[in-house]
Amino acid sequence: MWSELRALREDVDYGTPPRDGEAVTLTVDGVPVTVAAGSSVMLAAAAAGRPVVKLCATDMLEAFGSCRVCLVEIEGRRGFPASCTTPVEPGMAVRTDTPRLAELRAGVMELYLSDFPAEDVLGGWSELHEVIATTGVSSHRYGPGENHLAAPVDDSNPYFLFDPAKCIVCSRCVRACEEVQGTFALTIQGRGFESKVVASQGEPFLDSECVSCGACVQACPTQSLVEKSLFEGGYRSADPAQA
Amino acid sequence: MVCVPRDSTALSVGADAVAAAIAAEAVRRGLPVEIKRTSSRGLFWLEPLVEVPTAAGAVGYGPVEPEEVPGLFEAGFLQGGRHSRSLGPVAQIPFLARQERLIFGRAGVTDPQSLAEYQAHGGLAGLRRALSMAPAAVVDEVHASGLRGRGGAAFPTGIKWRTVAGAQAPCKYVAVNADEGDSGTYSDRMVMEGDPFLLLEGMAIAAYATGASHGYIYVRSEYPHAVAALEAALATLRAAGWYGARVQGSDFSFDAEVRVGAGAYICGEETAMIESIEGKRGMIRYKPPLPALKGLFGMPTVVNNVVSLASVPAILDRGAQFYADYGMGRSRGTLPIQLAGNVKRAGLVEKAFGVTLRELIEDFGGGTRSGRPVRAVQVGGPLGAYFDASLLDLPLDYEALAQHKGMAGHGGIVVFDDTVDMAEQARYAMAFCAIESCGKCTPCRVGSTRGRELIERIVRGERPRENHAQLLKLCDVMENASLCALGGMAPWPVLSALKYFPEDFGLPSERQPAHVV
Ligand SMILES: Cc1cc2nc3c(=O)[nH]c(=O)nc-3n(C[C@H](O)[C@H](O)[C@H](O)COP(=O)(O)O)c2cc1C
Ligand code: SF4
Ligand code: SF4
Ligand code: FES
Repeated sequence: MWSELRALREDVDYGTPPRDGEAVTLTVDGVPVTVAAGSSVMLAAAAAGRPVVKLCATDMLEAFGSCRVCLVEIEGRRGFPASCTTPVEPGMAVRTDTPRLAELRAGVMELYLSDFPAEDVLGGWSELHEVIATTGVSSHRYGPGENHLAAPVDDSNPYFLFDPAKCIVCSRCVRACEEVQGTFALTIQGRGFESKVVASQGEPFLDSECVSCGACVQACPTQSLVEKSLFEGGYRSADPAQA
Repeated sequence: MVCVPRDSTALSVGADAVAAAIAAEAVRRGLPVEIKRTSSRGLFWLEPLVEVPTAAGAVGYGPVEPEEVPGLFEAGFLQGGRHSRSLGPVAQIPFLARQERLIFGRAGVTDPQSLAEYQAHGGLAGLRRALSMAPAAVVDEVHASGLRGRGGAAFPTGIKWRTVAGAQAPCKYVAVNADEGDSGTYSDRMVMEGDPFLLLEGMAIAAYATGASHGYIYVRSEYPHAVAALEAALATLRAAGWYGARVQGSDFSFDAEVRVGAGAYICGEETAMIESIEGKRGMIRYKPPLPALKGLFGMPTVVNNVVSLASVPAILDRGAQFYADYGMGRSRGTLPIQLAGNVKRAGLVEKAFGVTLRELIEDFGGGTRSGRPVRAVQVGGPLGAYFDASLLDLPLDYEALAQHKGMAGHGGIVVFDDTVDMAEQARYAMAFCAIESCGKCTPCRVGSTRGRELIERIVRGERPRENHAQLLKLCDVMENASLCALGGMAPWPVLSALKYFPEDFGLPSERQPAHVV
């Protein structure tokens, strides 16, 4: 069934990998959809043509549940479960688009933007920017605060660079390195606000166990890990066309 | 015989020096004195509390300084003689006499490492009875007792066990949560140091009831004495055939090992604890799957707090009804409450649910140590709500506290007098969350730091209305969008401080400013 879905809509990222269980039917915003048991609500929503915004999920990787923009409401359940980590159940009635969800998503987006280079919010091109466009949240009301904006760029690798200022700590790169490439070059170091992506024990990418496969660059939703070839005029702007 | 505690709290106030002084004075006087090292009764303001068994029961002296030891001998304390440190019969000290000790009955009485004493005081009767029953009947008994998890989430233990028991898997585990990270709490530690066989008995019952074959006890790294006590007790139980292959000749085999924690508050959350036991970074796993179905190494796992499991032997020994007869509403049995902060008498109070905060703070705690009025009380650890003095008649009951957006948590109560700055307490709650956050999800990872900054701005008088409104928005996002209860509950102390003590933030004194949505 997965391949059929794929064939139909090749460009769609279903958010979580396909499963092959028995058929389960549910509704998403009233649209009935049938997916394999073990699939996520996120996948079902995408299949129903009601995709949910997401940042830490991509169907290349197992669900992680960290970014919290993919929240939905499910009839008969308390709270706002993350659609990427919630398995489908027969007869589930999922809502992806209530005012309350919009409010919470906007709140989460504000938090991201409170630690993201302001000059790169508009005119950027990445999954994060798509979510900014979809949610309509492009600024925040936190004022200046602690941030990672001055963290130095790591451009040691000849092919790509890592700009921690744009990192939203979604771990997609870390998981891509493990799950896709089978290398364990990347980790999250530190806890809480100090959490950051590091190569090996906090070394420059070039000196780490990184094999330059580029899986992390492909996985990154913010252009925090980005190919150098896009920035011939020198790295700084979000838009390579302007560089 | 003279009993001197060896519990960490007693040691920290010089119990070893007192024991040494008693031994030295006995030698000097040529008196044969046997010194038994017990654990603490939990009357911490009296430590080191020296006890002498007499025909009329144990009489106590405390707090004892090593320099006072010769005077005690002079006063004839070996026969219970009077001295300025005399406390009379220990069992009649009101703080202790008014308690209902189903879990802590042996605390401070027995030698924690003596299996013979443990059994002489009722130990192993619960496990014996469990082994004579069908495992499903043991689950039913625990379910009928109404026991709910004492680690914080108050989930019914019987339902958790039933889930694990019903899961089909090649192997199942019991994982004891002894990470005890809540500020001002120590009941897990007191069980492990003071009555380690009790925890191991409860753990074996859990394993038998659910079909688990191996257990882990995840002890926070700050508890070296507990680790040593558990390891010694495990060895004793193995040698006596209560742990290991074919327990007491039955078909039931079970063994356990102690793991030392990673020194992070978040590792007390069950999924992070599981990751940590597996040797990974203590990060939250999303649920489902529940640990009861897919826990340690992907196998069904009972995760229970130390006190939850320590409550189980009494339930099996004396029956579900006996246990359920304590408590109120849906909160059955007893809770070891840990009084801390600004109280005259800090210590452990095991009481049936239903006791009020006022009874705990005034009758047991004796009011504030400073003698000033109580202004705020935090119940349930660093993520628990603050209550003001008007709520002191609230009973300790999961539902009653929840109605006021509070929780019993692990039973910690921290008392503050009228000099407390509640804005600073609220700021601290966010700062604590920022430091202890596992960093996985954004509402907590970024939100906690933003929360701290907003509170600092409000207190400095920078655009207080706008920043207050933004703080309420942030709390809503953290509560409803965080992945786990650390980020989800960090707003509770903040919101309660704002609600009851707005003046500390320089905010207008009506409880919720009208302009705020
Ligand atoms: C941030 C956080 C910290 C926690 N710390 C502890 C702890 O130190 N000890 C504990 O037993 N439970 C702790 N818990 C609760 C556990 O996740 C879990 O609910 C408990 O161990 C289950 O056992 P119980 O049902 O016997 O209470 C914590 C939960 C959270 C969210
Ligand atoms: S570098 Fe990119 S993929 Fe990696 S954590 Fe940061 S934002 Fe996510
Ligand atoms: S709420 Fe905090 S501790 Fe819990 S998963 Fe999110 S970042 Fe980690
Ligand atoms: S996409 Fe679901 S939490 Fe990130």
